[in-house]
Amino acid sequence: MKESLHKRNNQLANGKRQLEILNNGIFASGELPKFADKIAEIGHFPLRPKSLEVLQINVGYMCNQVCAHCHVDAGPDRKEIMTKETMQQCLDVIKKTGAHTLDLTGGAPEMNPNFRWFVEKASRLGVKDIIVRSNLTIIRANKKYYDLPDFFKEYNVHVVSSMPHWTRGKTDKQRGEGVFAKSIKALEELNERGYGLPDSGLKLDLVYNPSGAFLPGDQSAMEKDFKKALFEDFGIQFHDLFAITNLPISRFLDYLIVSENYEDYMYALVEAYNPAAVANVMCTNTISVGWDGWLYDCDFNQMLGLKVASKVTHISKYNEKLLNDRNIVISQHCYGCTAGAGSSCQGTVT
Amino acid sequence: MSKSYYDPADLKKFGKITEWSEEIGNKFFEYYGKVFEEGALSAREKSLIALAVSHVVKCPYCIDAYTKDGLQKGITKEEMMEAVHAGAAIESGATLVHGVQMMNKYDKLSM
Repeated sequence: MKESLHKRNNQLANGKRQLEILNNGIFASGELPKFADKIAEIGHFPLRPKSLEVLQINVGYMCNQVCAHCHVDAGPDRKEIMTKETMQQCLDVIKKTGAHTLDLTGGAPEMNPNFRWFVEKASRLGVKDIIVRSNLTIIRANKKYYDLPDFFKEYNVHVVSSMPHWTRGKTDKQRGEGVFAKSIKALEELNERGYGLPDSGLKLDLVYNPSGAFLPGDQSAMEKDFKKALFEDFGIQFHDLFAITNLPISRFLDYLIVSENYEDYMYALVEAYNPAAVANVMCTNTISVGWDGWLYDCDFNQMLGLKVASKVTHISKYNEKLLNDRNIVISQHCYGCTAGAGSSCQGTVT
Repeated sequence: MSKSYYDPADLKKFGKITEWSEEIGNKFFEYYGKVFEEGALSAREKSLIALAVSHVVKCPYCIDAYTKDGLQKGITKEEMMEAVHAGAAIESGATLVHGVQMMNKYDKLSM
């Protein structure tokens, strides 16, 4: 298994270095317009939040996989894990926030030793939608995780899982050898509990992101293809497919540079810029909480070390009114969320 | 001026052909966009046809564009290669079927 950029001391493990790349070159020379200028054309600069709907909490960067495109640079060698104390601070915030969705992400969120405690507590607070971004293979990674489908069912967790393709080759190339077979097994287990079945209240959605330097195709057409192939080949069912664009940061940025696709990819993002997607980008209704409690406009900004531009920057000092009165921090990676039909953790935005 | 007839960067400038002939250029792009929309054939099927034709007409820009388009649509490399073979088979068949003309002519001229 490969090591994270962090472990390899790769310069791209540093958010500042990534931002230097994104802000210089073709963007500094004027060959491509900066994101700020582009959204200024339609009166959206500075980008401002609307009311908060989603609290996305990154409970740690540890993961059992080392996916080639991972924007978190997650992996078994990452030791950043949210403490129970920070989780309690998040729960205190959930009580008073207007957010209807709690979106748990990582790494593999299930690897946080207090993950189940956190979900139980959040569930008791009556959060409408508790999402767990599960990589699926974690369910088969170790005996202690085998009962996760039952745990998810007990707390009516909304499972959102990555699946880059319905064929083994592409999945394993992006996510690691053997990932496809384990993912299929995990999906079968979720289906057995009622997850993903047409009329089931147990929500199972899949996330597709391209395994290479290209943008995702039409979300509904991809969903049709995924559903047909997974059902015909394995009898697997799921609800919605979210097509997510890979943002040019972290490991994906490293891949783009090493494979000499960086400039072409940025051109593709800028060419696909859709002004209609700007109003609904996810940073306008989401706050991202880092494993150590710092607040960000999105999970991508978290990985770049771009904290919210507010008087309140930590969960322990959370104040929704003050936070809502902020300008969202942007850079050229934001083109990833406005390409085509737009992209967010919930798929397209237009 | 490029020393090569084909420059990959030229594909990005394709839209500029309208600058020297706006009306018919725009009509072409409008037609082009319409052709590749979902219809009786899916956009996916049309992408594979376009990829096969790209090879037959030996257009390097089109090959780049429709390989990328295929990836975006989730088309597998096996499907792409079969499409190229379909194009190649028609192209070689088109050559070979003229063999019948050659045979006819040969027979007509021979005693």
